[in-house]
Amino acid sequence: MSFELILFYLFATVLTVAALGVITVKNSVHAALLLVLTFFTAAALWLLLQAEFLAIALVLVYVGAVMVLFLFVVMMLDIKVEPLREGFVRYLPIGAIVAVVMLVEMLGLIGLKTMSAQALPADPAGASNTAWLGKALFTQFLLPFEVAAVILTVALIAAVMLTLRRRVGVKSQDPAKQVAVKASERVRIVKMESASKGGTP
Amino acid sequence: MLSNFFHSWIHDPLIAHAGTFGLVVWLVLCILAIAVPVILTVALYVWWERKVLGWMHVRMGPNSVGPAGLAQTFADVFKLLLKEYFMPQAASKFLFVVAPLIALVPAFAAWAVVPFDDKVVLADVNAGLLYLLAMTSLGVYGIILAGWSSNSKYAMLGAMRSAAQVVSYEIAMGMALVGVLICAGSLNLSDIVRAQGGNWGIFNGFWLPLFPLFLVYFISGVAETNRAPFDVAEGESEIVAGFHVEYSGAPFAVFFLTEYANMILISFLASVLFLGGWNSIFPVSWGFLGAPGWWWLFVKAFFFAFFYLWFRAAFPRYRYDQIMRLGWKVFVPITIVWVLVAGCLVYFDIVGPGKV
Amino acid sequence: MSFSIQDLQLILPEAFLLFAICAVIAVDLVIKPAQRDATHWLSIGVVVATLLLVIIDRSADARGFSGMFVHDAVARLLKVFILLVTIAVFVYARTYLKDRKLFVGEFHMLVLFAVLGMMLLVSAGSLVMIYVGLELLTLSSYALVALNRDSPLSSEAAMKYFVLGALASGILLYGMSMIYGATGTLDLQKIHAVASLAAGSSHQTLLAFGLVFLVAGIGFKFGAAPFHMWLPDVYQGSPTAVTTFIGSAPKIAAFGMAWRLLDGALGGLHPHWGEMLAVLAVLSLAIGNVVAIAQTNLKRMLAYSTISHVGFLLLGLANGTPSGYAAAMFYAIAYAIMSAAAFGSIQLLARAGFEAEEIDDFKGLNQRNPWYAFVVLLVMASLAGIPPLFGFFAKLLVLKAALDAGMLWLAIVAIVFAIVGAFYYLRVIKVMYFDPPETKDTLALPQDIPLRWVLSINGAALLFLGLFFGPLLSWCYRAMGAG
Repeated sequence: MSFELILFYLFATVLTVAALGVITVKNSVHAALLLVLTFFTAAALWLLLQAEFLAIALVLVYVGAVMVLFLFVVMMLDIKVEPLREGFVRYLPIGAIVAVVMLVEMLGLIGLKTMSAQALPADPAGASNTAWLGKALFTQFLLPFEVAAVILTVALIAAVMLTLRRRVGVKSQDPAKQVAVKASERVRIVKMESASKGGTP
Repeated sequence: MLSNFFHSWIHDPLIAHAGTFGLVVWLVLCILAIAVPVILTVALYVWWERKVLGWMHVRMGPNSVGPAGLAQTFADVFKLLLKEYFMPQAASKFLFVVAPLIALVPAFAAWAVVPFDDKVVLADVNAGLLYLLAMTSLGVYGIILAGWSSNSKYAMLGAMRSAAQVVSYEIAMGMALVGVLICAGSLNLSDIVRAQGGNWGIFNGFWLPLFPLFLVYFISGVAETNRAPFDVAEGESEIVAGFHVEYSGAPFAVFFLTEYANMILISFLASVLFLGGWNSIFPVSWGFLGAPGWWWLFVKAFFFAFFYLWFRAAFPRYRYDQIMRLGWKVFVPITIVWVLVAGCLVYFDIVGPGKV
Repeated sequence: MSFSIQDLQLILPEAFLLFAICAVIAVDLVIKPAQRDATHWLSIGVVVATLLLVIIDRSADARGFSGMFVHDAVARLLKVFILLVTIAVFVYARTYLKDRKLFVGEFHMLVLFAVLGMMLLVSAGSLVMIYVGLELLTLSSYALVALNRDSPLSSEAAMKYFVLGALASGILLYGMSMIYGATGTLDLQKIHAVASLAAGSSHQTLLAFGLVFLVAGIGFKFGAAPFHMWLPDVYQGSPTAVTTFIGSAPKIAAFGMAWRLLDGALGGLHPHWGEMLAVLAVLSLAIGNVVAIAQTNLKRMLAYSTISHVGFLLLGLANGTPSGYAAAMFYAIAYAIMSAAAFGSIQLLARAGFEAEEIDDFKGLNQRNPWYAFVVLLVMASLAGIPPLFGFFAKLLVLKAALDAGMLWLAIVAIVFAIVGAFYYLRVIKVMYFDPPETKDTLALPQDIPLRWVLSINGAALLFLGLFFGPLLSWCYRAMGAG
């Protein structure tokens, strides 16, 4: 067994156990953390396949940003997990059936691929897969890539529309005004005659 | 020079005598060769910080333990390591212990791709810049886990502030790096440094064409490391010590180490990405002064590290909403516009690998 | 591989629309809330200009962006009607939204983005484009449903729509990935070639697996039974202006998507999906028509009526011949126009603080405003499929195509349920003409002149297109390449 294969089995085991943990642990924060572990091991598996760009992007986007916000929300909301888990046993058979169907389909696909296996053509220029991905995204997949950007814009507009509330009576500062303030607006210098000799007791 | 020496004297005999095992030993030695100096530098940096702050406050700073107070930090380290290690009763035990380590690991792992000199780098990966971004974004886990597992309101508040802040500034930071990689045409850090080589010394660096990005990067770096004036995650005046309020002894020391290691890392990265890394600040034609070498990187990094301390002494702490405003409404738009400018600069051949 | 200037020419209407939306956003940002009408008219102008660009474009059929974008007669025809219906949606919405303080720029932007999504969807040449086009459409729709964010009903509807919509997208995506796995390409044309070759091989089985998911996803997006659960709640819960939109134009786009996927990519598997669609069609016809009878809320009733109409539409698709597709396309267009008029008339009757969405609100409408009652009469009769209105001919064509394809039983089932369905439409007409009004005041039409005119034109179009359906029909037949 080669070193790579050992690593593969190691990561695959961790991934599966962590993924199972996500849906079985009681504490929602622990579940989110196990999901982080799942993503991380998936990235490691991709690294084994030499898809370094995808692997790092997975860590950067999902682990570094999405899951942090996820944890943020889970920690803030203090979700009671028990009511959510009530139907777990009841729906288990349905879930199991769906999982088995999906497994069979995927195995079928893998079987099909091994029957008609042909290695991907090696990149003639020998460029790194980052460069290759970039080229594919901006030539062949230019249109969907741009549309994806539009989708994100829609998400932004929708988020603003649904959450922005202009409350009245809120006091806020205008930094530009604070910076532009002049001494004469804050301090008033009053000229006073000095007290004359013997004027005060 | 440096790398050749180590290669012929350590690497080659190891491989020749011990095969795969030798390779592992070599890698461990390389990692130690980076990690141990980083830890020592942190100790000296803490001493330097206290000195600088002292001078800015017109006082002495540490001056009793060792020559010029140099052993002060080591004394503090031993104190922390020997102190009682206390865990709150209602804490989430496992996460409470693991959190400092989770914070520490990415802070050290990021050093793997930092090039100290031409070919002196632990892992010369193609997607180095992305790897760095990924590692710096992982650091926040240690903080939010520490805050949550402590089961304390102050710690929780600090963690939440930190999470929001780090995620926000990561965007500005990432966009600033996009400008760099457009100009260098590569994600590899050594290639980025090479792209900044040339006859003009320091003026070959990307800080000149990408000046706004350079500023945004460094300020975002300060925010990412939760340092003053962006240290609301600790915020002594409001939430005592923020996320590590319940930590004591060795785990606290680990957090302390992480913070300073991250600061040094950001200083190195700013030098590598914007000031030309190991390239001399003088034109190459100036002979001895113009020769590239690792010492130039260290000089540049020291310059940024000093800025960290200066900021801490000079600026009052930002309020939380001001931090968010600065990140989202100022930095992100600036970087987006300047990425566009960078694209134009490269397209019209004004900046780029090998250009003046 | 790389893109050229010809690609940009192909996509000119969409590109124009995108830049125009950005301009609308910028304008909306700087104007004061009192000047919101500017955004409104600008949006309508943008849609009209896009429509003109689509119409004047006489270039030959082509594929651009490495096969991602298809420019053909079907796409052009569908786009024309999507844009036309959208203009009506905008005009109907103005007074209604103003009365409810919902007249915000975001409404216009999201509708425009959804229109962009629909245009890309009907022109999709690859699975990726189908997915992103669909997401652009549905994401905008989720947000639109939640437009009235202070209303619990609206929020609940948006939540349901979002969760089920996301599930549907997931199912669709899973089906797509299966098909990609089996064929090794995302391009619809190439999938078609592989899928036609694969008859009897192991590819076929896998493709059929993927197909099940794909059809389920399409069923969800159409709102066909048994995937219709979200539809009544969403139609009832969202503001009527939004219901008008999501109930009309997206049906045209959904037809485009289904046609591209089922015929364009998996035409070789027609024996499989034809049966699945037939089952969906029968279920939709049955559930839609029967449950609609029990409704007292007009919006809810129209939602169930949508389900039944989707059944008819799927019947046309199911028979897998060009004339069947043409009939289904004709039906989709007819339904979108009728549905816009139906929801538009609810908005015409609605006032500030009064939704006019119960059937009882229409009692004695004839005595209060005869012309308005007549428009509603036209709409309801057309939806019921009474000759000589538009809806009748749409149904007739679908039934004829089904009979030609030898689907006698399906046609009989469809006729039976169409007759059952006629009952509840006629009930609305009965309520308007024969029940005494609850108040004696005459009903003043709203001050919004464009609304009155466009609604009248929309109602008259149902009659006109019913009498002179020839040109549209031959356009549909030509686009589909049917004799």
